[in-house]
Amino acid sequence: MKVVLHIWRQSKKSTQQNFAQDGKMVRYELDHVSADMSFLEMLDVLNEQLTKKGEEPVAFDHDCREGICGSCGVMIDGQPHGPQRGTTTCQLHMRSFKDGAEIYIEPWRAAAFPVVRDLVVDRASFDRVVQSGAFISVNTGAAQDANAIPVPKPDADKAFDAATCIGCGACVAACKNASAMLFVGAKVSHFVHLPQGRVERELRAKNLVAAMDKEGFGNCTNQYECEAACPKEIPVRVIADMNREYLRSKIKEEPPSNKRVGGDG
Amino acid sequence: MKLDSNIPGGPIQEKWDTRKFELKLVNPANKRKYKVLVVGSGLAGASAAATLAELGYQVECFCFQDSPRRAHSIAAQGGINAAKNYRNDGDSIWRLFYDTVKGGDFRAREANVYRLAQCSVNIIDQAVASGVPFARDYGGMLDNRSFGGAQVSRTFYARGQTGQQLLLGAYAGLSRQIGLGTVKMFSRTEMLDVVLVDGHAKGIVVRDLVTGEVRSHAGDAVVLATGGYGNVFYLSTNAKGCNVTATWRAYKRGAGFANPCYTQIHPTCIPVSGDHQSKLTLMSESLRNDGRVWVPKAKGDKRKAHEIPDGERDYYLERKYPSFGNLAPRDIASRAAMQVCDDGRGIGDTGLGVYLDFRDSIARLGKDAIAARYGNLFHMYAKITAEDPYSQPMRIFPAVHYTMGGLWVDYNLQSSIPGLFVLGEANFSDHGANRLGASALMQGLADGYFVIPYTIGGYLAGQKAGAVKSDHPEFGKVAGEVAAMTKKLLSINGKRTVDDFHKTLGKIMWSKCGMARNEAGLQQALREIPALREEFWKDVKVLGSDATMNQSLEKAGRVADFLEFGELMCRDALERRESCGGHFREEWQDEGEAKRDDEKFCHAAVWEYKGQNQAPVRNTEPLDFENVHLAVRSYK
Repeated sequence: MKVVLHIWRQSKKSTQQNFAQDGKMVRYELDHVSADMSFLEMLDVLNEQLTKKGEEPVAFDHDCREGICGSCGVMIDGQPHGPQRGTTTCQLHMRSFKDGAEIYIEPWRAAAFPVVRDLVVDRASFDRVVQSGAFISVNTGAAQDANAIPVPKPDADKAFDAATCIGCGACVAACKNASAMLFVGAKVSHFVHLPQGRVERELRAKNLVAAMDKEGFGNCTNQYECEAACPKEIPVRVIADMNREYLRSKIKEEPPSNKRVGGDG
Repeated sequence: MKLDSNIPGGPIQEKWDTRKFELKLVNPANKRKYKVLVVGSGLAGASAAATLAELGYQVECFCFQDSPRRAHSIAAQGGINAAKNYRNDGDSIWRLFYDTVKGGDFRAREANVYRLAQCSVNIIDQAVASGVPFARDYGGMLDNRSFGGAQVSRTFYARGQTGQQLLLGAYAGLSRQIGLGTVKMFSRTEMLDVVLVDGHAKGIVVRDLVTGEVRSHAGDAVVLATGGYGNVFYLSTNAKGCNVTATWRAYKRGAGFANPCYTQIHPTCIPVSGDHQSKLTLMSESLRNDGRVWVPKAKGDKRKAHEIPDGERDYYLERKYPSFGNLAPRDIASRAAMQVCDDGRGIGDTGLGVYLDFRDSIARLGKDAIAARYGNLFHMYAKITAEDPYSQPMRIFPAVHYTMGGLWVDYNLQSSIPGLFVLGEANFSDHGANRLGASALMQGLADGYFVIPYTIGGYLAGQKAGAVKSDHPEFGKVAGEVAAMTKKLLSINGKRTVDDFHKTLGKIMWSKCGMARNEAGLQQALREIPALREEFWKDVKVLGSDATMNQSLEKAGRVADFLEFGELMCRDALERRESCGGHFREEWQDEGEAKRDDEKFCHAAVWEYKGQNQAPVRNTEPLDFENVHLAVRSYK
């Protein structure tokens, strides 16, 4: 099959002032595209052709190409990861497009995800949010036997559903407010459904929300675009979990202990 | 090259305790004066970086991906072994040790494997404490399943995403330390060389993949956790970015490279669909718990699967290996698949495929039960092939998956360069000539959480903290060499793309050094690879500059290293004149089963670099089997 591609080309890191001036859409025609190719394999073919012609290939993030590392992700015809639900860009196949299709490919657009080059964005803001509290504060060696605390299966399953987030950023890209609440909610929901994660639940909720705001992600206005775009189909109930946990942390807020820490010995 | 395996004395059960007591300690107040550089952020790298920082060391961690969470451990599907014996089915540390030594076809180091089995139980505890949502039963206890090469259920899992959940657990611990300021993380940063000062590894030279800047980082020790080299075949189940560069460049600075010919071909991957194919996708070994592998009995039978009655199907694994059946180890299952395809009984358009059929399990357990166990794998399969595995069998074929060879390390995981430690898939020690399923995650985390935190202290205690700074002249020299290689790649401006060379190399490796190898083929590969390498340095086309993000340039450096490494791999395969595990030499077989030569080859082959255009030297470390006695591996 044959496709016409319109791809965002940008050679330098974005300035955040006026993204339209940082790059432009460029049109490419591509022939002999097989329906069995993945979307990224189609871009590989384009890049081979561009290189042979002496044009610099299109930069895009990708690694595992099996939908789990979260590296890839572009806007395809205005939809994060393209038209198939529950599918990352690398798992999307060209059989989802018609012969002769015109396809528009752009990077994620969000203030917290500056474009690095072409379709590559900088998602370090996600890492910084995680560093603020999306963990259990346990050191190696301190753990008791794994079966010492039973976890009801429904809780374990709910924790797992949230923990499948791959951190690709599609939720942010889909949201008109560039909100990261599905991502942050997934972290909160994952830990709060496990007994091990409940010890520091208040601190975690507070810190994660503060970090998310600091990075410049927007708020949720209940459009649920994030859930529709999520390649792992993480439900918006995780946002409810986050809001509940945040509220709970505010209600439970108490002044810190005035006792000296660390003992007097 | 002096190879001292440095195994502690005493009975095997006491060796690790003995070593932990023997190792010198670094006083808690002094730990913060030492800096450790950890390269790689997969299970081994992330768990090591986090744990070392918890202990008080200054840590710098590096990964080429845009976030440490994306390292390829994330893609491991099936599970992680541990000798918990929660199933009361006769498991023990000794049995896990025994199965792993036997599974590796008696080419692993016994003492390391025993320690691995010992640490396995702590890994599960640690993972659960850090919030890894393993599968549980209705009583709230952890669930298990079976994997190849074992007759007990000792594999812990999180649906088909165990690697993801374990890596996110290690990443969470790493992130906590980054937040606390004890680990400095450098993402999108690729290590391009190791720097030796007075024979000790004291730093690395890296390239910032966004700005192109070449930088030096000095430390008191260097830890490589950079994964395997399966992408030398171009097509493999590895992520596109996986490469041999870090370990290869360490080899060229004097680290021994052990058993590069040991590669694992995984029996259950989705078959190749065309020339555009950029990678292969694994279908977890766990599927063989409930899926039955078969091909038609008759050659060239082109009927659809459901039209072939049971009597005309050959469930060849069940037939040939009745006691392990569909759960025969990977090397054996892969070879068996290749044999039926060579026999003309392969399925699909290309004849390169076999069926993995869930019909009987769905009839026995119901579709919902199968979906609960493998839902995400079935979903992935359907997306790639546009076929529904609930109603028709999966088509599968073997593909390169894991590499057992790697940098040689002693019992303390130190390479032949003092101060250079190697963890996880990047080292060679635990899996011998064949890795059992669900053992890679176990090894990565054992090395990172529980081994390196002890052994690195023993090394650092004898070193003056912060003795070498990055302004040492040796850093300038190495950084200059790295920058010169980059410039050279950009200056060639030939006609062939990097991928084109990589694909050509991959075809040579797969046909001559893949599932079956022979003297003539390997000799031919040893002529073709240097010729291809020469052409690469004359005719490769890499556009753009070294001062921006340049993905072609990144790839070019990695492929340049594969073009050197592939030759060493073939050389190793040629010199190992026996068959063992994943290394199958056609000349040494017993009706299709690998035939070892313990008289001549009961050793690790450790290659020593002697300079550009010089033949490397093959050294050996003898392997002693005092606890699991050498025997012909049988799964019948």
